[in-house]
Amino acid sequence: MKDSHAHPGHGAGHDHGGPQSFWRKYVFSVDHKVIGIQYMITSFLFLLIGFGMISLMRYQLAWPSPPDDFDPEKLGMIRGTLAWLLGDRMEYGFMKPDFYNQLGAMHGTIMIFLGVVPLGVAAFGNFVVPLQIGAPDMAFPRLNMMSYWIYLVGGIVMLSSYFAPDGFPQSGWTSYAPLSVVAPPGQTIWCIAMIIIITSSLFGAINFIVTMLNMRCQGMSLGRMPVFCWAQLVTAVLLLVAFPVLEGGALLQLLDRVAGTSFYIPKDMMYGSTVFPAAGGGSPILWQHLFWFLAHPEVYVLLLPAMGVVSEIIATNTRKPLFGYKEIVGSMILIGVLSFVVWAHHMFLSGMRTSLANLFVTTTLTISVPSVAILTCLLLSLRGGAIRFNTPMLFALSFLPMFGIGGLTGLPLGFAPTDLHLHDTYYVIGHFHYVVAPGSLAALMGATYYWYPKMFGRRMNDTLGKIHFWMTIVPMNFIFFPMLFQGMHGMQRRLADPTLQWHNLPVQGWSVIMLFAVVTLAIGQIPFLFNFFWSLRNGEVVEENPWNSTTLEWACPSPPPHGNFLKEPVVFRGPYEYSVPGHKTDYLPQDEAA
Amino acid sequence: MIRENWGFDLWLPEPVSSYAGEIDWLMNLLHVVMVGIFVVWSIYFVYCLVAYRARDGQRGVYHQSGEKASFIPDGLILAFEMWLILAFGIPIWAAVKQGTPPPEDSLQVNLVAQQFAWNFQYPGPDGKFGRRDISLVSASNPIGLDDKDPDGKDDIVTINNLNVPVGKPTILNMTSKDVIHDFQVVNLRNKQDVVPGMHTRLWFTPEKTGKFEIGCAQLCGLGHTQMVGNVFVQTAEEFADWQKAQVAEKTGTADARDVAPTAEGRS
Repeated sequence: MKDSHAHPGHGAGHDHGGPQSFWRKYVFSVDHKVIGIQYMITSFLFLLIGFGMISLMRYQLAWPSPPDDFDPEKLGMIRGTLAWLLGDRMEYGFMKPDFYNQLGAMHGTIMIFLGVVPLGVAAFGNFVVPLQIGAPDMAFPRLNMMSYWIYLVGGIVMLSSYFAPDGFPQSGWTSYAPLSVVAPPGQTIWCIAMIIIITSSLFGAINFIVTMLNMRCQGMSLGRMPVFCWAQLVTAVLLLVAFPVLEGGALLQLLDRVAGTSFYIPKDMMYGSTVFPAAGGGSPILWQHLFWFLAHPEVYVLLLPAMGVVSEIIATNTRKPLFGYKEIVGSMILIGVLSFVVWAHHMFLSGMRTSLANLFVTTTLTISVPSVAILTCLLLSLRGGAIRFNTPMLFALSFLPMFGIGGLTGLPLGFAPTDLHLHDTYYVIGHFHYVVAPGSLAALMGATYYWYPKMFGRRMNDTLGKIHFWMTIVPMNFIFFPMLFQGMHGMQRRLADPTLQWHNLPVQGWSVIMLFAVVTLAIGQIPFLFNFFWSLRNGEVVEENPWNSTTLEWACPSPPPHGNFLKEPVVFRGPYEYSVPGHKTDYLPQDEAA
Repeated sequence: MIRENWGFDLWLPEPVSSYAGEIDWLMNLLHVVMVGIFVVWSIYFVYCLVAYRARDGQRGVYHQSGEKASFIPDGLILAFEMWLILAFGIPIWAAVKQGTPPPEDSLQVNLVAQQFAWNFQYPGPDGKFGRRDISLVSASNPIGLDDKDPDGKDDIVTINNLNVPVGKPTILNMTSKDVIHDFQVVNLRNKQDVVPGMHTRLWFTPEKTGKFEIGCAQLCGLGHTQMVGNVFVQTAEEFADWQKAQVAEKTGTADARDVAPTAEGRS
């Protein structure tokens, strides 16, 4: 990477001349591109850990308890190995309920806060946003570096809860009080780790907002900013406004746990056979309000960057302008605003005043409209296109129907009378996984294939990419669609052994199918991991703009040098000028002089 | 690989409550609309993928039309949703969650949930609940019933089993001793969080007799998966007999005819 001096607005506070040490350049770097890649690798690692945990859980759920003719002396190969590896957490290869609850809480926490959000926001956001707006770096490069290291420390602290007495936190990623207040010590570490992780996110959010508002290059008005950047801007505002509420709420939970306060503890609460030693007078429902005030906007933090990525990939690979740029951006902003007034749809049955339900049903069903609008625009973007079916496009295209299923299944949940039956069942799990897994996560896999050439100067192998695509999307459907059946039948969430309740037996067969799908999904990630590392040295070398795209990240070398652009770009037009009549090529980059 | 009594069911379990019919109708309507939207959308999606795939030398279309028309699906969905809320959402929610039947016509039962059991308190023939006190809670007295309170002498306390008469409303007045639980009976199409320090309520009128499972629908600790019970919906005579037998067992009277005969009790 060459240092470059010939650009104004170069971030202050780092070395110009002289070679940088390995540590400064690749480890403690303030360059947004290095930080983005650090976030990417770290979040993929956390995603793998979270996936490993759920794989163990799905194995448990397929055959949760021993059959009548079970012989503990003759364990099969898999159960025997698990019993040996995990000791009394998986006695005879069957999972104990506390270990099940631990894996469950950690799976949710890791996938959301350490996996998908850092990947979508901090990894791709960091790498791409300054490039797309023609900036040499983020507004606050050192704060950026600090965000990454705080995130890494937060993640390590979260995982270290394994070593607490009685292990990982086990009160769900939702950590409802009072269960979370009386839970074993791992939960204290959850609170501390969340405070650390949230702090990292808040620093990042500030950085993104200031960068996008202040550091756009000449000619890059807000109306010419790519949809991906708009998505990141709305996301950053959501994080900034919503996360402090959970950080505060987690701090209150920590105080209840270690300092004897009673924010969430009611009077005369029992703990086993004794009265819990706290003054009482607090409210368990308070925790739910504070938690969901963040956690609802959080789901749009999971979603919007993915919608942004899909918009970019579709525009590039249809060779025509995106349909309804203004409608898409306006809808993203509307989703952001509305996301603050829907949180209590998670609480219809919590004991909160029942008349409030009507308000939240109305706002919840209303927020479905801008989501539908975005999906309609992306669908109509295909009309009249010249569609190229490369690997990133396959992921981006599949996002549309998969998010469609996820969004549609949100309707019976947001609608209180049907939620009466579906609340806390597998229908909820199926709904949100559709949006997050074949939805957001698949889009982010597409983003990896799409921006890898810019990050590393080489393409990933497209054949391996297509194998990865099919072995990801198809199994995901066989995992999450049956959950809708299980939930419709009334099978509750978070059951270590659903077969102990006879009303669940009629849908237990699906869990076996789901396990085989999980195994296929796991095998399907091998071509991706291999491809990622193999292509670093052996992928086809690319120049600046391998996809013939119009946005500014493709107007600099691959990979870009420190400072990104050899001279500050000047923008003349909007971000999706493809197939302009009369132009010699089918794309007209934003910075190309007319 | 699959055990004999495991199934691959697709849809709702047997409906038993008076409001289950309405809720099931709504559930089915919603899903018909959802599937309809998805199918129509997908057909157009696949059509676009085939019709607009890249061909040599051909470019995309630069000028787009139909910006205003693209608002039509958004508008239709918004209109459908608002109709659902006004026509069904608000009335059904009000009826199920706020429209508790008059206590004189209903069986009242107190539920005290704990890690990991459902404790039911019936008022007994006198129709009055005995006082409960947390300081009296013990292994043999899970709800802390005060045996000095005369109203509590004929109270029936059952664990994990809820007997109710068919065709008549039962009102559950619920609280938890420790953490949040959620009383769920899938056949009723209703559930309600049971919260410590608060009183929540769930009412239902079962329309057929039988045994229906109670599950906990809020993670409550290690025993969450084992926290089960059963609702036994009985005919009026069966219920009356059951209640007499329970009272007789409790008060130790061999001849339960001394005790007031009505299952409803006097208020």
